[in-house]
Amino acid sequence: MNQWKNFTKGFLKENPILVLLLGNCPTLGTTGSAINGLSMGLATTFVLIFSNMAISSIKNIVPDKVRIPAYVVVIAAFVSILQMVMQAFVPELYKSLGLFIPLIVVNCIVLGRAEAFASKNNVFSSAIDGLGMGLGFAMALLVLGSVRELLGTGKIFNIAVYPEQYGMLAFVLAPGAFIALGYIIAIVNKINKKKA
Amino acid sequence: MAKLESSFKNMVLSLLGITFVASAALGLVNNATKPAIEKAEIKQKSDAISAVLPKFDKLGKEYQAMPKDGSECVDVFPALNASGEVIANAVKTYSYNGFGGYIEVMVGFDKEGNVSGYQVLKHAETPGLGSKMGEWFSNESKTKQYVIGRSLKDGQLKVAKDGGQIDAITAATISSRAFLESINRAYSVLNDQFDGVTSATKHEGE
Repeated sequence: MNQWKNFTKGFLKENPILVLLLGNCPTLGTTGSAINGLSMGLATTFVLIFSNMAISSIKNIVPDKVRIPAYVVVIAAFVSILQMVMQAFVPELYKSLGLFIPLIVVNCIVLGRAEAFASKNNVFSSAIDGLGMGLGFAMALLVLGSVRELLGTGKIFNIAVYPEQYGMLAFVLAPGAFIALGYIIAIVNKINKKKA
Repeated sequence: MAKLESSFKNMVLSLLGITFVASAALGLVNNATKPAIEKAEIKQKSDAISAVLPKFDKLGKEYQAMPKDGSECVDVFPALNASGEVIANAVKTYSYNGFGGYIEVMVGFDKEGNVSGYQVLKHAETPGLGSKMGEWFSNESKTKQYVIGRSLKDGQLKVAKDGGQIDAITAATISSRAFLESINRAYSVLNDQFDGVTSATKHEGE
């Protein structure tokens, strides 16, 4: 398979959030601000790359009937490693993402890529797939987080764009997440249709 | 290499192998990051203590104290001057009544029992509303919402809606109530336990 295509398919064509609609729970939960969205995206990217590589390299020694528990153990191990490392070296970020880090274990994107891609392809393609999908995820989270932060509080990355009292608080809360995500999906659909 | 078939032996062995490798890796990482995690936590705590207290020379021995209403204990960190007298106390207090449940606040009281500062350590309040606790109550230009320097001698702090003297965060009265509750709880401990503190300190000195 063309590795470049493999890498870029996660951005628009098969974007995990905007096209495949996987992993909506952390998406809606962590995108209250641009920086939270971006860090959640990068944390997931890290787990995706390594779990894809590990799963692809053990795919032949895992019997089909127990593949799901085996994959979950691998993913959970990487998530726990990530959690400990973050807690040790970036405690501030760890605090603000809180609960959503351990929840990467059950993020459908990670298990979905393991099942749909890594278990059928070689280690290198799987790493590229993980990187592409992860960056696509991070990008979508960054866009969603920026839109919500800007409309809700008048800031982007904590830099004031317009006075806070004119912000629409709903966008920082859950309903705004759904509305913003809906519009972004509509825009991406339009772009993808044009291409096809 | 062909794929292993799903025989009982293969399934047990492969799962066993994978969990073994995973737990070994986790153990290694845990050992490597443990000191750093502890250091980060201690630093966070001592940063919070010095942020909420007036200038002090050293910290005394921390202890736990039970609030007046019999709820869970809070941690008290007495601050000493050069000659070893307690000049202020920082209290790590809490409330379970936030909009998102548990909140944890480090609050400092000077010798006279006035609030010398506070820092919100943990909360799950709504971003943009209750999460503004940190700035709202420390905004010096808004005297009706500024809690620092207030004395609790004449009674507990309350939000204006409950007949108190402090303006709640706009659209976040529940968070504001919980925040003040945590401060009141901290104060009740110091008020009650002041004799206990001095005798405990004396005891240590013997």
